[in-house]
Amino acid sequence: MRISSGYGARPAGGGFETFSWYFFRVSGIALIFLAIIHLFLNHVATDVSCTSFQLVEIRYANPFWRLYDWLLLILGLLHGMNGLRIVVDDYVHARGWRLSLQSLLAIVTLVFLLLGTITLITFHTVPNPGLICPTTHF
Amino acid sequence: MYKGQSGMWSWLFHRIAGLGILLFLLVHIVDIALLNFGPKVYNEGIALFSTAPIRIITLALVAGLFFHSFNGVRIILIDFWPKASRFQGTMFLIVMILTILCFLGLGWFIIAPIFGVNLGNMPAGM
Repeated sequence: MRISSGYGARPAGGGFETFSWYFFRVSGIALIFLAIIHLFLNHVATDVSCTSFQLVEIRYANPFWRLYDWLLLILGLLHGMNGLRIVVDDYVHARGWRLSLQSLLAIVTLVFLLLGTITLITFHTVPNPGLICPTTHF
Repeated sequence: MYKGQSGMWSWLFHRIAGLGILLFLLVHIVDIALLNFGPKVYNEGIALFSTAPIRIITLALVAGLFFHSFNGVRIILIDFWPKASRFQGTMFLIVMILTILCFLGLGWFIIAPIFGVNLGNMPAGM
């Protein structure tokens, strides 16, 4: 492994691992803003019990929020699954298991990306969506 | 066992927090996908996330998320600023303090409704 000079050790071969290294850091910075604002909107500005279908209708009337959530989905899922890929790489040594688990991770990533994207794209308003804050029972 | 210090523990907690957040994310994508089944199904799913036990478990997610974020910034500083590794211990302390402060702040908003505290964040005036 060639190590670039001047800074900390990093994979410098220019291949996938180098890209993955930069991806973690770039997506991580973006995710800090995306996730913290997301937390604020859904726990502070509005309580969780009020993040109902009606609220989603109001938010998603503006396509900006669909795009925002989609960005959060893509970056978060890829950042996390890439991390899980590295964890598997660290602890699983048998060839058969490595192939199976890493393939499974790739498939799971794709499935969840598709599920999230479909939800965001196809969401539409319905008649009688109910209250913004439906009754909750603690 | 290797008796590492703050560097090893920060690495370990970063990994554990990351896995925990990922696990939550997978569940979250599924619960939001309930939107595809209409208001009644979705609202019932969301109501589950609003119950007391789930709110308490959410605290673990919040703590992990804040730690992972702030420690991530610490890692980025160490990677891109040559002098930073000298201060890694101090930065770790700052990460822990920031994590605790932010956790207490957001945690209050999550837990208070269990006790009926009105935080003014329920639009329909529940």
